[in-house]
Amino acid sequence: MSQLGMVYALLGAAIAVILAGMGSAIGVGIAGQAASGVVTEDPSKFAKVLIMQLLPGTQGIYGLLVGFITLSKIGLLGGGLMELTTSQGLLVFCACLPIGVVGLVSAYYQGKTSAAAIGIVAKKPEQFGKAMLFPAMVETYAILALLISILSVTNLSF
Amino acid sequence: MAVLQMRRVSICALKKDRKEILEKLQAMGVMEMSQILEEETDFQKMDTQGARNTFEKKAVLADSALDILQEYVPEKKSLLSSLEGKKLIDKEDYDQIAAQKEELINAASRITGWQKEMAECRANIQKLENQIEALTPWMSLDVPVSFDGTKSVKALIGTISSVMSLEEIYSLLAQYAPEAEEVDVTILSAERDATYVVVLCLREKAELVENALRQGGFAKPSQIVDEIPQAEKENLQNQIKSLEKQIQVCQEHIIEYADKREDLKLISDYFRARAEKYEVLGEIPQSYRTFVISGYIPEKAVNAVKKTMEEAYDLVFDVEEVKEDEDAPVLLSNNAFSESVEGVLGSYGLPKKGEVDPTFIMSFFYVFFFGLMLSDAAYGLVMFLGCFIVLKKFPRMEQGMHKAIKMFMYCGLSTLAWGVLFGGYFGDAIDVVARTFFHVDVPSTGLIKAAWFVPMNDPMRLLMYSMLFGLIHLFMGLGMKGYMLLKDKKYMDFFCDVIIWYVFLIGLILMLLPSTIFASISQIPAGTFPPAVSMIGKVMAIAGVLGLLLMSGRAKKNVALRLALGAYDIYNVTGWLSDVLSYSRLLALGLATGVIASVINQMGSMAGDGIFGAIVFILVFIVGHTLNMAINILGAYVHTNRLQFVEFFGKFYEGGGKPFNPFKLNTKYVDVKEETYL
Repeated sequence: MSQLGMVYALLGAAIAVILAGMGSAIGVGIAGQAASGVVTEDPSKFAKVLIMQLLPGTQGIYGLLVGFITLSKIGLLGGGLMELTTSQGLLVFCACLPIGVVGLVSAYYQGKTSAAAIGIVAKKPEQFGKAMLFPAMVETYAILALLISILSVTNLSF
Repeated sequence: MAVLQMRRVSICALKKDRKEILEKLQAMGVMEMSQILEEETDFQKMDTQGARNTFEKKAVLADSALDILQEYVPEKKSLLSSLEGKKLIDKEDYDQIAAQKEELINAASRITGWQKEMAECRANIQKLENQIEALTPWMSLDVPVSFDGTKSVKALIGTISSVMSLEEIYSLLAQYAPEAEEVDVTILSAERDATYVVVLCLREKAELVENALRQGGFAKPSQIVDEIPQAEKENLQNQIKSLEKQIQVCQEHIIEYADKREDLKLISDYFRARAEKYEVLGEIPQSYRTFVISGYIPEKAVNAVKKTMEEAYDLVFDVEEVKEDEDAPVLLSNNAFSESVEGVLGSYGLPKKGEVDPTFIMSFFYVFFFGLMLSDAAYGLVMFLGCFIVLKKFPRMEQGMHKAIKMFMYCGLSTLAWGVLFGGYFGDAIDVVARTFFHVDVPSTGLIKAAWFVPMNDPMRLLMYSMLFGLIHLFMGLGMKGYMLLKDKKYMDFFCDVIIWYVFLIGLILMLLPSTIFASISQIPAGTFPPAVSMIGKVMAIAGVLGLLLMSGRAKKNVALRLALGAYDIYNVTGWLSDVLSYSRLLALGLATGVIASVINQMGSMAGDGIFGAIVFILVFIVGHTLNMAINILGAYVHTNRLQFVEFFGKFYEGGGKPFNPFKLNTKYVDVKEETYL
């Protein structure tokens, strides 16, 4: 039997980690540029803007999470590699797609929103609580995608 | 669980007592100033800008003296010193030191003076060093640069603006001044774009030679020094030494003042407080003999303030209810547990006029959800202990910080509880260690069984519970809205906006329970619920829909418009659906913590057994779990806030109250002990 099933499954795990990780890297990068600008003006805001910068970083972690449970699902961790048919492999691949794609896009926009929220912190540091909410709103969709990816991967029965 | 009642208090007293009364009010720190009396011919405001500026300047002077002291005699500060809070000192000590204010301010200005002197010395040293630098190329010259020559020999000392060898210079001279034969050229030094030369020639040929040299770019040095370069250099170096000594002396002077640090802090606070007092003084209307202060005092402090004031001075103390159109400042008062989340509420907005304080209800949900999102017993314990130790070690921490850390302490406890329920102790660290280093055969359920269930093995179950918790949270929010409407005696609104929604939503839920979708998610067989449940659900939902359709647009007379508004309100049910789904983040974040923790453990155990393996494991364990904890605490904090702010507050709460900002001793370094009334 061909190994194509395993290839697709692994491709799924890779897609989850790669796309979501890329998104977070971009998002954290965008927010980090804004944060650096604020810190040059007022170093005392460092802790607050750092938290803001970290917000788009979670998508990468969600990608890692799905990647990890996919690897353990197909038995790549801890031995006992499973024999997957092509269609089973494609099923795993599809299960990984939501967090990969949504992670990429949401992290990018969360990064932009974070950068804007850092602007709020720069001008009105007392509004930190509200400023934090705007990026957190974007993240909701990454969480929903994560949920579907996790549920799909764990509930695939083979 | 309450917003403290405020009272408007006006004090009319004799002008001779005004400073004492203001000082007393400032020391008590329970009154927010808000003057109501307009300026008119009999009552005028005093211009205190000048006095205020003087005091502020003195406070700044003391601050900069403290900065200088910190530079030369650094005060040992631990990393956590920002948590220590302000030192508490007795009133007598404060008064005693405040009595030496002139002396201390003089000391401060001396310190800043020395600092200035040192800065000047440093600038001079820089200048001298530049001069030495300029002398360097002339160093091998044993006559002054300004040396003109002897009676019959002329010395031309200067630079040629390019690098030239001796031969080139001689050929230059031969070309342009062939008649001058007795010429001696010495090259002192050469740089990238200049050659330093001494040319000796007969005095009568001097002009000729100089003109010839000019063709090659010869110029006399711009800086003429009447000293031999070597001697000049020594001279300059001596000057630098004496300046350095002067700096040394200044530094020693500054260091001598190190023991005045605490006094300077106090005096800086003293002047800051006085500046503030004068600011208030400038705002209060005064007549020829009297003045009137007005402001807000929390009701429970009013009597104490009144008693103190009336005993000490001749005055009229008038207490009124806050009027309808007045926007009184907001001060919250909660029990020791709930007050810890006041900071979170404050960052959203304090209750505006007429709103209830949601802190009490929120505090329980906050801690509950935070723990569920982090859900690792070990992380919870670390958090709890860390916060507990900090709280015990720094009892005088600034109040807002104190509350925040207390909140995280409770959240740590909740995390610990959820961790035990879900069987997470640094993820699966115990199993991994047992398997890798002790070769124990770990059963698939793990060595320590989860008290409830393992979310990773049964995510659908936790998803159901997350949404159930969410539903309770949201219903509580709707209940709060009902409570506020009842309090305002808006019974009609209470019925239409709260009761009908409850009926409608509960009906929908009852309809959902026996359906196959719910059965497949919850793994409860579809036949568990009697058909009556579905029936009741249908009746309630239809009643709810009709109620909303007819009643939501009740403010409009036009029937068509009213129905349209009602239909639009029914559409809000999608909002409820998305709100409930939003609570699925409880599951997602909880899983994230556990899974990443097990990734870390797995990575650590990859180096295998033995000493080397153990070292790798410990390193990976410490770094990995610290990172995981930090990022997940941040995540849990942000998303718990979101659930409160968006989902919960969205149902009933607006915020926008003005925080209570009393006239008090607004100090930076010390707190003065004073009988308080709050």
